[in-house]
Amino acid sequence: MNTQDSHTAPAPGVTLLVNGTRHHLAIGPEVTLLDALRERLNLTGAKKGCDLGQCGACTVILDGKRVNSCLVLAARAQDRPITTIEGLAADGRLHPLQQAFITHDAFQCGYCTPGQIMSGVALIEEGRGHDEAEIRKHMSGNLCRCGAYANIIAAIREAAART
Amino acid sequence: MSLIGQPLPRVDGPDKVTGRAHYAADFPADRMAHAAVVQSTIARGRITGFDLAEAEQVPGVLAILTHRNAPRLGKIPEIPPVDPVGTPEHPLQDDLVLHQNQHIAVVVAETLEQARWAASRVRVSYAPEPAVIDMQATLRHARPASKDEISAKPGNVGRGDADATLASAAVTVDSLSVMERENQNPIELHATTAQWDSDGERLTVWDKTQWVQSCAKHLGAAFNIPPERVHVIDPFIGGAFGSSLRVWPHTYIAAMAAKVVGRPVKLVLSRREYYGGTGARPWTQQRVRLGADRDGSLQAIRHEVTAENSRYEIYTENVLKATPILYRCRNVDLPYRVALRDVNSPNAMRGPGLATGVYALELAMDELAVALKMDPLALRLRNIPERDQMKDLPFSSISLEQCLTEAASRFGWDRRNHQPGSMRDGRLQLGWGMAVSNYPAEKVKATARARVTAKGEVHVATASSDMGPGTWTSVTQVAADTLDLAMEQVKLSIGDSALPMAPVHGGSMTISSIGPAVRDACEKLRGAVYGAAGVNTGDILEIARRIGRDFEAEGAFDPGDLEERFSMEGFGAVFAEVTVDPDTSEIRVRRITGAYGIGKVVNPLLARSQCIGGMMGGIGMALLEQTEIDRRSGRFVNGNLAEYLVPTMADTPALDVTFVPEEDRNVGGLGTKGLGEIALVGVAPAIANAVFHATGKRLRHLPMTPDRLAMA
Ligand code: FES
Ligand code: FES
Repeated sequence: MNTQDSHTAPAPGVTLLVNGTRHHLAIGPEVTLLDALRERLNLTGAKKGCDLGQCGACTVILDGKRVNSCLVLAARAQDRPITTIEGLAADGRLHPLQQAFITHDAFQCGYCTPGQIMSGVALIEEGRGHDEAEIRKHMSGNLCRCGAYANIIAAIREAAART
Repeated sequence: MSLIGQPLPRVDGPDKVTGRAHYAADFPADRMAHAAVVQSTIARGRITGFDLAEAEQVPGVLAILTHRNAPRLGKIPEIPPVDPVGTPEHPLQDDLVLHQNQHIAVVVAETLEQARWAASRVRVSYAPEPAVIDMQATLRHARPASKDEISAKPGNVGRGDADATLASAAVTVDSLSVMERENQNPIELHATTAQWDSDGERLTVWDKTQWVQSCAKHLGAAFNIPPERVHVIDPFIGGAFGSSLRVWPHTYIAAMAAKVVGRPVKLVLSRREYYGGTGARPWTQQRVRLGADRDGSLQAIRHEVTAENSRYEIYTENVLKATPILYRCRNVDLPYRVALRDVNSPNAMRGPGLATGVYALELAMDELAVALKMDPLALRLRNIPERDQMKDLPFSSISLEQCLTEAASRFGWDRRNHQPGSMRDGRLQLGWGMAVSNYPAEKVKATARARVTAKGEVHVATASSDMGPGTWTSVTQVAADTLDLAMEQVKLSIGDSALPMAPVHGGSMTISSIGPAVRDACEKLRGAVYGAAGVNTGDILEIARRIGRDFEAEGAFDPGDLEERFSMEGFGAVFAEVTVDPDTSEIRVRRITGAYGIGKVVNPLLARSQCIGGMMGGIGMALLEQTEIDRRSGRFVNGNLAEYLVPTMADTPALDVTFVPEEDRNVGGLGTKGLGEIALVGVAPAIANAVFHATGKRLRHLPMTPDRLAMA
């Protein structure tokens, strides 16, 4: 192995592209995307509610698709664009769905909310935000124990109508 | 215009929709270490040894604590009204295993992954002892709850002679029902981050707790330091529904771990660990016997409950609270029994006690209506109480009749064919059911502080919390309203044990207790500012700026002798429509209408959210939720969110909420009665009664799963 190669070889670890910023993390292959965001990058907007892909609180958008970040290894997200709740408000202006959540009081404790919003944003992108039956079906992976669902539906419909 | 009663959006909304709201596991600290617990794999017995060799080899491990080397804890206190009677778990203090999934060791490591991996490598040997888990076996040894165990809650003491009256009543029903154990399952995992000062004399804790100051007292006692040296912080609680009323063992463990490694330690219980690491609404069996005249006038009620308990603590709750006051009735008997098994202690879950007791009572009332061939609504209206016959006091106000008629008319109840099994929608059976809801309007002492600075900023503080009902917003409304300011001009601080004394954030008493304390503080603040300026009107911000100094005032609320003068209760009525698939026995809720008389509504937007949340919780209780415990091993069979079913968006029916106007001048404070619990209480029985109406089958077991309905 020549010296030059070892200089250009990537440093061990994982490079994540989060909300437009590149981060290099010295982490092993066992670290989930959720734990990388929360415990390494201090992006605690994505929440852990189960760590088992059952609640949706950890939803982020990866390559334009919503994923449960607790089920994605950080290494698999290497160099792929990731949007978290922290990156949704452009220049401090709330995304229409964030605003609609406030208007419709689509939360109580707020813990499921980042996941609901990321999921809702992707759902609207998927073209499913206009039909209530579609919303119900495709948002049911995001649990809300405070039971704000009826208001979340209203918020998604309003934001979908605006976008 | 008063801000009280306005449907204002949440002041913490922007933080919650951007991820800036920090919950217990979201606080960063320098040199944070991570902890993971090891839980018992037997239900009862002793630990005979640990093999830590493999775990210690895991890179990054800083410490492994077991009962052999963990710091010694002082006696953990029993603080009413939350803690049960008995000996709470003192974690890692001895070799005793009291239940499955009990924390018996903790691993601290540099990273979360290292801690969890090492924890999975800890080998434990046990001397197991026979455990009794099965409820049927447990019931054989059920015994009456003692006076101490019941304490101030209703139970065992009744009035008149229920047995004799039942024996001679014209019409009687005898209704036996069972409710499975339920877990609160807030979406936020239970978490504690603990950090000691360098001298080891001061502890800072970010904890998921509904009562920061009680948490400080518990930790102070356990670690032998004054409670003032324990700083507990929790500005946002990711739901709790009772699960964070107590200080659970992992909170002490996090503090022990931080002490041993001399670094901040974060401990988050996994969803699986949560089921054994906290509590649950207890399994209960209830038998309600009613005796009535032919016109439906109730003459006797005998309501007996048997509730599961652990062997190390007795938790009793208000199961029998509503029964002696909801209906006019001279003869009432209320036996409260406990059945001990080798499980972790139950605790309060949303609508504690009343959700359980009102379910059984309202099921029996529905059966009585059937026996009398009477409209269930008319039966309720026939028995509306004039006063609280248990306390022998007048109600501060009661709108039960208005709630019943208002909800019935919104629902369209007059179109109901009372014959069970008579209504259909195509191939589906259709059922309409109703029930009454009730929860005491509790209020206790509270304090608050208000300050206006020379710069013209207003700060209001109280040690209360917000698990979702909207304390941030409603308290800001009270302060801004009192001081004649805009919402944005008031900065509120809550969720911090160093702030002025506030009661537990639970039992629907938050706004009724801290609301008037905040108002008092703000009134005194305005008085102080006006006094200094020699005026009696004007903008306090401007005056403070002009005078050029800060003003501060302490406020308090004390309900005094209100309890001795009035019975203070919120009432409501809930109507539900279900469909039942005759082939699959699947039950779906189509719509729910609820009407509530709860005194003043501070913020109708947030109040409605609480009510629709309570309705969703009630749907879970009626149809989905049960914590299944393996009767041989004591393990949680469905201890996760895929198998412990909670309602999803797809389960959401049309939800209709209304508040009947209720101006209560007797209830004190702001005239509020509280809402969080009553919103859930009547929902499950309304659904259960609708299922009977749809099918003619009386299902006496919650949750009403398809298999139970098919076999009924
Ligand atoms: S934390 Fe990822 S789905 Fe629950
Ligand atoms: S807002 Fe509390 S879990 Fe959804």
